[in-house]
Amino acid sequence: MSVLVVRGVSKSFGAGSVLSGIDLDIGEGEIVTLLGPSGCGKSTLLRIIAGLEVADTGAIEIGGRDVSRLAPGARNIAMVFQSLALYPHLTGRQNMALPLRVRRLGRWQRLFSPLRLSQSVRTIEREIDAAVDDLAARLAIAEVIDRVPARLSGGQRQRVAIGRALIRDSRLLLLDEPLSSLDAKVRAQAREEIVQIQRSFGLSCVFVTHDQGEALAISDRIAVMLGGRVAQFDTPAEIYRNPVSLEVARFVGTPTINCFEGIVDAQGRVHTGSFLFDTRLAAPAGDTVTVAVRPEHVRLGPARELSGPVLRVVRVEDHGHDGLVHLGRGDSLAPALIARSGQSTSLRSGDEARVAIAAEEALFFTRDGARLESTPVRMADYARG
Amino acid sequence: MMQPSSRLVGIVRHLLLATGAMLVLLPLLWAIRISFLPAEDVFSPQFHLLPSRWIGFENYARALTASPLLRFLVNGVVVCAAIILCQVLVAIPCAYILAKGRIVGLRLIWLAVLVGLVVPPAALALPLFIMAAQLGLIDTYAALILPWTISPLGIFLLRQAFLRVPDELIEAARLDGLGEVEILARILVPLITPAIGALIMISLVAHWNDLLWPSVVVTSGDKATPPFGVMLFQVQEIGSDYGPLLAGAIMIAAPLLLVFILTQRRFLDGLSWTGSK
Repeated sequence: MSVLVVRGVSKSFGAGSVLSGIDLDIGEGEIVTLLGPSGCGKSTLLRIIAGLEVADTGAIEIGGRDVSRLAPGARNIAMVFQSLALYPHLTGRQNMALPLRVRRLGRWQRLFSPLRLSQSVRTIEREIDAAVDDLAARLAIAEVIDRVPARLSGGQRQRVAIGRALIRDSRLLLLDEPLSSLDAKVRAQAREEIVQIQRSFGLSCVFVTHDQGEALAISDRIAVMLGGRVAQFDTPAEIYRNPVSLEVARFVGTPTINCFEGIVDAQGRVHTGSFLFDTRLAAPAGDTVTVAVRPEHVRLGPARELSGPVLRVVRVEDHGHDGLVHLGRGDSLAPALIARSGQSTSLRSGDEARVAIAAEEALFFTRDGARLESTPVRMADYARG
Repeated sequence: MMQPSSRLVGIVRHLLLATGAMLVLLPLLWAIRISFLPAEDVFSPQFHLLPSRWIGFENYARALTASPLLRFLVNGVVVCAAIILCQVLVAIPCAYILAKGRIVGLRLIWLAVLVGLVVPPAALALPLFIMAAQLGLIDTYAALILPWTISPLGIFLLRQAFLRVPDELIEAARLDGLGEVEILARILVPLITPAIGALIMISLVAHWNDLLWPSVVVTSGDKATPPFGVMLFQVQEIGSDYGPLLAGAIMIAAPLLLVFILTQRRFLDGLSWTGSK
């Protein structure tokens, strides 16, 4: 059963539409990332799920129950904010206990509980304390739980924030770019911690990020959000290999996918200035299409080994585990390309390299950016050896 | 070397500050001096820096007995406490809405607050007096308190403080299930206590020392606040006997001085915290 269903959610602020027709479903124990550039509406969507914003149309269902009209506090959602939003004047324990105190004690009991008047209130307070201790131990912050946030490290603060979110036993955790304030080294570690906590508590999780590396690393599925729509909602591998549109193809992947134009011939093959992709493309002859190729699918070799055009190496980035070769147009008709080379490459800037691209590894899009189905016939323009 | 010249700068700076401080303190010291002078010294043609004979606290005793000074002090405490309590209770919700609310017309209300901030209280004395007279409130505590229950300055100060509280904190509290009143009381007010402290101090000084408004609506010593009481007492009882008069003035200033000395660090923190930082 889906833990969270988003159905046809739209939202506009004034004249500008921020979200239109968003549909998502998130299954039990799944991490779904909302990935998109800033301003794509991903944070707004998360806030609508949490109830902090009201959608213009559409519905939010949590655990099979329509919560669209419920106040944020009544939705039983755990949320960790970008700034963590810990209450600075309360200790870690008080921060974590607050949601429980709100649920288990009445308004007046809360107000007068410091006076220790009633037996039942004291019992409930003890239970809350025990619950906080228990969760703090599971999050490995038991020793620091009585400190105020200012006296905790970044990682401890994050865990207190997660603790405050989780103490309500909700099945759904929302995370709004919780890692963006951390520096790169701590980030990877904090990311692992979140995944570990999510797995060990068996939570479903919606994670907002603009960092595709983060999204690809932790997600079961990614919703790529572009211009207020879910452009594609699929597993990281599918989104990378099989983008439904040129937009998605360009947004996902570092460095950006290589794009250049080609023309479809009568057999459905695609000609570019220097490559011929022997495929059967479902597009009318004479149409201009966009060819997109991931850097790792651009094959480079010494001039005698491959059959493609020869390009000039402009610059080589050696990252150690792999390298990027920037190829310039030179005097051939070939487009400028970026190729990912293996562990290290002997190519240096100024060298010439022969380039080949396999037809089955190229993606084709119409001029509007929609994906075209292609059926490769054989390895085109490819190495004989 | 930098050392000698920076020490020189330090000395000059301290000299300047000390001179400034002396200029500010001198009238107060002078008042203290006179409050210990016997009557003949005050009007004697020769100048005596120190009293020619030690009269101890005679002037103070006289100030306390010749006028209901304690009564004035009690009035001052009652009026200031009521004013400050109302100002804080009004300013907190107003400032919160002005800082975080998303209601149409809020800018207009904010503009009204700013206008209220620049109108001098003296300009309102006449209309307020007429209103008080028509309501039959002349010579009552209500007349002393009611006009000052809403403080534009207080709303301004607290709004600036609320603006600095991140929205996410309020949203987190909503997710935790707190209602608006509890968010305000449990989360936001503890975070803006320095600003509230600053408001209390500013308001206390202004209303404890206020002479104009009490002199407009108070007609008897029964409801007089300290400064106005001392003025009444000067005219009616003592005439120009400056010794007891200044002894009285010092006694009415003392409580304020004491509060300020005890809280000065927090007070200054509050002021700098509400400024742009």
